[in-house]
Amino acid sequence: MADVPISPRAMTRPAALGRTLDLWRQGDAIQRLALLTGILLVLVAVAAPLLSPHGPLDQSLLNRLAPPIGFERYRPGYFLGTDELGRDILSRMLYGLRLTLSLAFLGSIIGLIVGAIMGLVAGLFGGICEDIIMGAVDTQIAIPFTLIALLFLAIFGSSLLVMVCVLGLYGWEQYARIVRGEVKRLKTLPFVEAAHAAGATNMRIARAHILPNIVSPLVVQFTLSFSNIVLLESTLSFLGLGVQPPTATLGSMVGVGRDYMPTAPWIVVVPALAILAVTFAVQILGDWLRDRADVRLRSR
Amino acid sequence: MSALLSVRDLSIAFGSHRAVEGLSFDVAPGETVAIVGESGSGKSATSLAIMRLIEREGGSIVNGSMQFGEAERIDLATADEATMRRVRGNRIAMVFQEPITSLNPVMRVGDQVAEVLIRHRGLSRKDALAEAERAFEHVHIPDPKKRLHQFPHELSGGLRQRVMIAMALACRPRLLIADEPTTALDVTTQSEILTLIRSLQKEIGMAVLFITHDMGVVAEIAERVVVMRKGAHIEAADVATFFSNPRTSYSRQLLAATPKLGSGAPEAPALSAPVLEVKSLSTSFAASALRGSSRTMAVNNVSITLGKGETLGLVGESGCGKSSLARSILRLVEPETGEIHLAGRDWLRLSSDELRAARRDAQMVFQDPYASLNPRMAIRDAITEPAQIHKLVSARDARDLAVRLVERVGLDADSVDRFPHQFSGGQRQRLAIARALSVQPKLIIADEAVSALDVSIARQVTDLMLELQRSEGVSLLFISHDIAVVERVSHRVAVMYRGEIVETGRTDDVLGAPRHEYTRRLLSAVPRPPLPAPAFQSRRRNDMNARSVLPGDRIHALETLNG
Repeated sequence: MADVPISPRAMTRPAALGRTLDLWRQGDAIQRLALLTGILLVLVAVAAPLLSPHGPLDQSLLNRLAPPIGFERYRPGYFLGTDELGRDILSRMLYGLRLTLSLAFLGSIIGLIVGAIMGLVAGLFGGICEDIIMGAVDTQIAIPFTLIALLFLAIFGSSLLVMVCVLGLYGWEQYARIVRGEVKRLKTLPFVEAAHAAGATNMRIARAHILPNIVSPLVVQFTLSFSNIVLLESTLSFLGLGVQPPTATLGSMVGVGRDYMPTAPWIVVVPALAILAVTFAVQILGDWLRDRADVRLRSR
Repeated sequence: MSALLSVRDLSIAFGSHRAVEGLSFDVAPGETVAIVGESGSGKSATSLAIMRLIEREGGSIVNGSMQFGEAERIDLATADEATMRRVRGNRIAMVFQEPITSLNPVMRVGDQVAEVLIRHRGLSRKDALAEAERAFEHVHIPDPKKRLHQFPHELSGGLRQRVMIAMALACRPRLLIADEPTTALDVTTQSEILTLIRSLQKEIGMAVLFITHDMGVVAEIAERVVVMRKGAHIEAADVATFFSNPRTSYSRQLLAATPKLGSGAPEAPALSAPVLEVKSLSTSFAASALRGSSRTMAVNNVSITLGKGETLGLVGESGCGKSSLARSILRLVEPETGEIHLAGRDWLRLSSDELRAARRDAQMVFQDPYASLNPRMAIRDAITEPAQIHKLVSARDARDLAVRLVERVGLDADSVDRFPHQFSGGQRQRLAIARALSVQPKLIIADEAVSALDVSIARQVTDLMLELQRSEGVSLLFISHDIAVVERVSHRVAVMYRGEIVETGRTDDVLGAPRHEYTRRLLSAVPRPPLPAPAFQSRRRNDMNARSVLPGDRIHALETLNG
């Protein structure tokens, strides 16, 4: 992503593919593994309805608590075993992955947009605006977010919409801090002053000069906050406050499975491994992108 | 032949790029050799290679030898790290360009000098500090006892460089490598530092390898010159021969591009109604965020006028308020009192909307060509931005305008589809000028517009500005600390000192017969390169005697700053 200008035109399919190939060529083994895992997870999540052998909610009480393939008492057709209601773990895992990924994606996007706007406003206008926004940021950093999330879910009940909003609230303060810092730095650079001297409005300066220059740190923060949100969703669902049963998310599967841990560990292990894979892929890719962004900054 | 340092066939590479190729030269004991070249010539790589710091920068010595020493000689090119640690700072010392980044910001300067003494001479901390104080006295740092306990940010640029020199000389090295040690300093400070280096050199009897791009400095300090270009050795000669009779065409080019003070100002245009009239303008800043009440006058009661098609040169040292004046005129900072009439408008009375519209009349070109163009914006958008803001051109026609503009400033038409990082510094400065021209302004303010460029490039850029001024009839406020450049481009000159204009008038009058004490001091500090050989030698000696090492005024200014 280094030298390609970020604009809608540049994000066309061949460019995106070219960049992925570029990433692949330059990565080491673990980074390639992370890239493969990431692509695989997204494909699998998108194709969940096609890949699932059963419906995620279909119960078959006769087949309950069946172990995965290769174990004694394995029931043909249930490759990864079944849970306490005889639902197919593989299917639930695929659907859960799909929901978890979309929640995390939406949440990160909301956080990104809210945070970027707040940071821009604080950085560009300063004064009382900045004090209020940065005060809110500090407050949110000071309070554990799980507590805030619990409060919201307790007040508004737990529906998918509320869940998305709560996840969106998570991480905005990080974006706001990064954007504000970058804006303050960029504001002192001659090219921004030159635009000002040429008669550009604040709107134009923000859109044409500031935003394109903060894309790199934002992308990196996006990947970091993405994996944090996956974990947060899992935590909330594990606590029973997230998406309500019987809908499957990776977190709720782990939450339900904990009662059966001694007798049927696969109920917990399968979704837990999926969470691990997602966070692994996103974190490694995030670090990688950050390193590449740094190289660009140094070589400039 | 008893050279202190003989470099033979030195080649240095950064990855696959050869920075230096087959370089050979000698430095005799007690001699000053200048390595001259433009950026990218490999002169800094050479100095880093001698110190064997080149590996840290990611380079490597591919070939060649560097014999160093008088009695026992070591080959620096192959010496191991333990040997180098004994040599570095002890027998070979180095002074860098930026004293502020070469000093540890959280360590008292006295301790930093003492550290070298403890390390190489095995002194105790107490003795080392006492020795450091003597070293400070030696480099004429006023009030050395107090300075020992100060931090780098509490010292001025000139004092910091003195600290660096004190540190470098602490162990009485046989060879001092000075890599552009005065480039970041003002001319008056520069002349003090050069004088200091020369007198210390005589006293200790060390050799100096002086790396610079400035021909004036070469004339001032060196006995022999080595010219480098793109990593290759071009010529070596003693200074007098070099200036009177350079052998290679590149040396001649380099000398010709160097602005020489006293070569005459351009013909003034016919008098006309002023485009810019500034009357008793004052701007101040809060002195510090903590002590909100006290304010520093950056611009103090300044009045200037500028006619159509005229160039006014604004000269002064860093921190004198030149840039603040420029920014006040453009209302990038709001002046406190005074009047500005620009292109027939009462500039300070304009509302912010009127101001935005009126900004097309005045454009600015900045110093740093690497920061003045948005790295993420294609050239076609960047240079037509002012025109697009003022709706002088539709988005569809912007590319055509961009092509006309880049051709106007001597670049290829296909430049418009590229991005800033694909251009060199000089090309970027041309683009910045093209951008300013896009709205056909009445006034262009060039704030140190060529200071960051190599002499030959700077020459081309100023030539371009002059040519454009003649054809477009635009007025130019040319701000620079370099008097020789200002003389070459300006019809009139204003000299600025501590926020005030101390002298103004026709360029030849002001520079030929300066009336104000400060102007005289500024002029006497400018290093003047080529004079006929005999005169040149004797003048230098006279200068050395005439110049006092201690500028009371500057030290005083510093005192009040800290107090």
